[in-house]
Amino acid sequence: MTLTDSSTSRAAGGDVPLLEVSGLTVGFPTPDGVVEAVRGIDFTLRRGEVLGIVGESGSGKSVTSTAILGLLPPTARIGGSIRLDGTELVGADDRSMSAIRGKRISMVFQDPLSAFTPVYTVGQQIAETVRIHRGSSKEEARARAIELLEIVGIPDAPRRVDSFPHEFSGGMRQRAMIAMAIANDPDVILADEPTTALDVTIQAQVIAVLRKAQQEAGAALVFVSHDLGVIAGFADRIAVMYAGRIVETATAEDLFTKPRMPYTVGLIGALPRLDQRSGQPLVPIPGTPPSLLNLPTGCPFAARCPLVTDECRSSEPPLAQAEGVLGGHLAACHHSDELARTGADPDEVFDLPELEAGALDGVPRDERETVLHVDGLVKTFPLRRGAVFKRTVGQVWAVDGVDLDIREGETLGLVGESGSGKSTTLHEIMDLRRPEQGSIQVLGTDLGAGQLDGATVRRLRSTVSMVFQDPMASLDPRQPVSDIIAEPLLAAGTPAGDVARRVPALMKMVGLDSSAASRFPHEFSGGQRQRISIARALAASPRLVVLDEPVSALDVSIQAGVLNLLRELKAKLGLSYLFVSHDLSVIRHVADRVSVMYLGRTVETGAVDEVFEHPLHPYTQALLSAVPVPDPARERAREHILLPGDPPNPTEKQVGCRFRGRCPVFAMLGAAEKERCATEVPLALPHGRDGQDHTAACHFPQEKQLV
Amino acid sequence: MIRYLSRRLVYYVILAFIATSLTYFLASATFDPRAQYSQRNPAPPVSVVDAKLDHIGVNDKTPILVRYGHWVGDLAHGDLGQTIRDTSVNQEFWPRLGVSLRLLLAGSIVGILLGVLVGVWNAVRQYKLSDRVTAVLSFILISTPVFLTAVFLKIGATQLNSTLGFQLISFTGEATPNLQGGLAAIAGDRFVHLLLPTISIALGSIAIYSRYQRATMLDVLQADYIRTARAKGLRQRPAILKHGLRTALIPMTTLFAYGFLGVLTGATFTEKIFGWNGLGAWFIDSVNANDVNSVVAYTLFSAFVVLFAGFLSDVLNAILDPRVRTQS
Repeated sequence: MTLTDSSTSRAAGGDVPLLEVSGLTVGFPTPDGVVEAVRGIDFTLRRGEVLGIVGESGSGKSVTSTAILGLLPPTARIGGSIRLDGTELVGADDRSMSAIRGKRISMVFQDPLSAFTPVYTVGQQIAETVRIHRGSSKEEARARAIELLEIVGIPDAPRRVDSFPHEFSGGMRQRAMIAMAIANDPDVILADEPTTALDVTIQAQVIAVLRKAQQEAGAALVFVSHDLGVIAGFADRIAVMYAGRIVETATAEDLFTKPRMPYTVGLIGALPRLDQRSGQPLVPIPGTPPSLLNLPTGCPFAARCPLVTDECRSSEPPLAQAEGVLGGHLAACHHSDELARTGADPDEVFDLPELEAGALDGVPRDERETVLHVDGLVKTFPLRRGAVFKRTVGQVWAVDGVDLDIREGETLGLVGESGSGKSTTLHEIMDLRRPEQGSIQVLGTDLGAGQLDGATVRRLRSTVSMVFQDPMASLDPRQPVSDIIAEPLLAAGTPAGDVARRVPALMKMVGLDSSAASRFPHEFSGGQRQRISIARALAASPRLVVLDEPVSALDVSIQAGVLNLLRELKAKLGLSYLFVSHDLSVIRHVADRVSVMYLGRTVETGAVDEVFEHPLHPYTQALLSAVPVPDPARERAREHILLPGDPPNPTEKQVGCRFRGRCPVFAMLGAAEKERCATEVPLALPHGRDGQDHTAACHFPQEKQLV
Repeated sequence: MIRYLSRRLVYYVILAFIATSLTYFLASATFDPRAQYSQRNPAPPVSVVDAKLDHIGVNDKTPILVRYGHWVGDLAHGDLGQTIRDTSVNQEFWPRLGVSLRLLLAGSIVGILLGVLVGVWNAVRQYKLSDRVTAVLSFILISTPVFLTAVFLKIGATQLNSTLGFQLISFTGEATPNLQGGLAAIAGDRFVHLLLPTISIALGSIAIYSRYQRATMLDVLQADYIRTARAKGLRQRPAILKHGLRTALIPMTTLFAYGFLGVLTGATFTEKIFGWNGLGAWFIDSVNANDVNSVVAYTLFSAFVVLFAGFLSDVLNAILDPRVRTQS
């Protein structure tokens, strides 16, 4: 039997690698030189195996998967070899590659909305994949499309097959994408960040479907992601990429327990974890990844590495068998033996910042001043129709009963999936106007109490400030940083002399060099830009800072630094935070208390450790179980609650409990109890353990340990 | 869908009526039909002129609202009124309508088809020589007025004919007068006459449409769904044509509606230059003759064709884009 004989090796399976990538290099010529996006990658993939590729933006992970599919732009310079069952794919002509694409290698893309052609039905697009490679008739292909949609769990597939992509929800689109990928029983499925844009409960659904589809097709899977947590429970083997190379590869368990490359160690330490009590700082990896244009000699991680020596700066270490670990565990580091000796604890390898104790740390909650109190907040939007004469045909109940309470020096984490009304709640607070229903009190001033005079509003404006999600879009690209930071001060009428003194102090406070004040936002990295946003938010010395997904656009290693900064500022300045995030691990890490929203309503509130360890509401439990824990052994052993379907449409006024349609507890109840859920809106009551700060809006709360 | 489009049609009828009425007032206020008669030599008596103008319905001694009332009353019976020479506007209007529509239709269709083709071709071959050359040509054509293009075409055709020694391209009028022969000969003759006028009004739209089509196509070529189509195993060309072109055409449908205005304006000049007896040439003559009713009749026509072009572009948009269909 020879390696090049594909039919025999396919039949034999087992030992012969299905996909063999060796010495793969990809360069993109630019006017300034060649950007070396991939600099020599080797890996093999066996039939049925799941390989996770992890890396931050710009590490070359997506370029690698695109190269395997042969879909890089024609300007790309590709070197090395990619062999599928012994057949060389690098340099193959488009005709033979087209015969392989969609049949033997298929791909699941990140953003399922833009990845579907908007003008054809989902069924047509899946059927097309079948017809290209099998030459089936239209009817056969359509029947196969329905069958595939059923496999990936689209309800009512024979009808939904004629839907257009925009008529599907995000999760359903990604399922349809997976259906398309397995249409021809491929040998290899490449999944490029398949769950990144999805909510956590939908992510859990999609991962389950992907696993099922992969087993059904008997395919090998390459799962590319920036999220170590998602990969941990799923992949057999993990490859960590940095600056266009694999810097460490091992089985999932080995990689997490015995990392042998400082970058991996840092990544593990930088990740906030759902299953660790709040209070500890995260490991910040200093600096930013290097530019792949004219990379200096030596290890590309040298500039950020705590173990760096002269050897690292002069020669780049090869990917080689690491010390004290199983065979096949490779690391590219001159100091992997040192890590083997010390045990590679992230907290020891990297310098952990000391967190100052806040002045209010010992003060009980009841004795602190209330900074923000929201009670029964309601916000509806009219739903309009008509081209010339608009008429109101209904209402969107964006927020329908939100309660929040934030004390001085406290962080409240606000959690919920997209469409749960988090952003609307923030906008209602930041508007400083009388709410539609319910009440908002900022530092004791009730926004509903008559018309507030201009002076009061101005005073309140400087006590509440906001940091936005996208650090690029929220900074004016034509303003130098000093002007951006000075703006809230000028708006508050601060004298010019004070402004000039305050701006450099603010920059220093958020860890930026004040000599950079005259530069423009585009000259800064993502993490630095978010620091500028934070400096701007702090300029007018606010008491409450509203943070809307402040780290979700940042890479893990950068995110850790920003989160540490936020904690440090809170302690130093006695700030209160309203911290909105879809990432429960981040919330566990930064928040003192947490409030969970579902479909415009607060369903559970309490001290963060209490809610995470003893969740009461079935929705909170489902959310927690859906968040992957970056620890393969624990992740596989955890109980996972899969919620069926998507959140309902907020255009209907909800009667009774709004979660009952997806609620696993409701499904098990008797008829009389079901009737109660269907008619009576559950109120937030202290169902939890005695004396704990913990309320849940559920008629039948049952504590469950999931973390 | 049908409801949405029929509602659109009702709006269009109202809009066309408003546009025509506004023209009526504007023309009545600025034109001087009396001069047409009073300045004759020998000058007719005032009472005779008044009687004539009253009969036509453009006597400036009658209040404008009364005149407008009469005009609307006639319009309701399908009567477009009398020309300044006291002949029926209807008799002038309908025979010319066919002539103009033939030119407008040919010009628009050729303009759209070639514009889209050139645009797609340029987008696929971005920054290649063909792309750069067409870009320069387009900008020259966009900045050249139609009457200049038409005159250049005329000169070119004359030179070609004299070089060849026989009349290959005829370009005066819409047909050779008193042509003998069968149906085929007549059709061929009409086609040859249509050639230059069509080219001269189509060139401008080809230039503009191709620029826009190139831009929308370039956007689409970068789109994720083209990559998906390729990842399924489609070759480059079918992936672009099947998944790209249709999406890239959607924003163009709106442009076609607006572009038709340019075609209409162009046709007005072209008819005059090539000696076609169409509505455009008639319109220019009517303006010179202070002929209120004829000018208003032309406005009615142009309002209807422009709005109909808009209607067609809505239909086309709905056919191409399922997202529009479900909204209504």
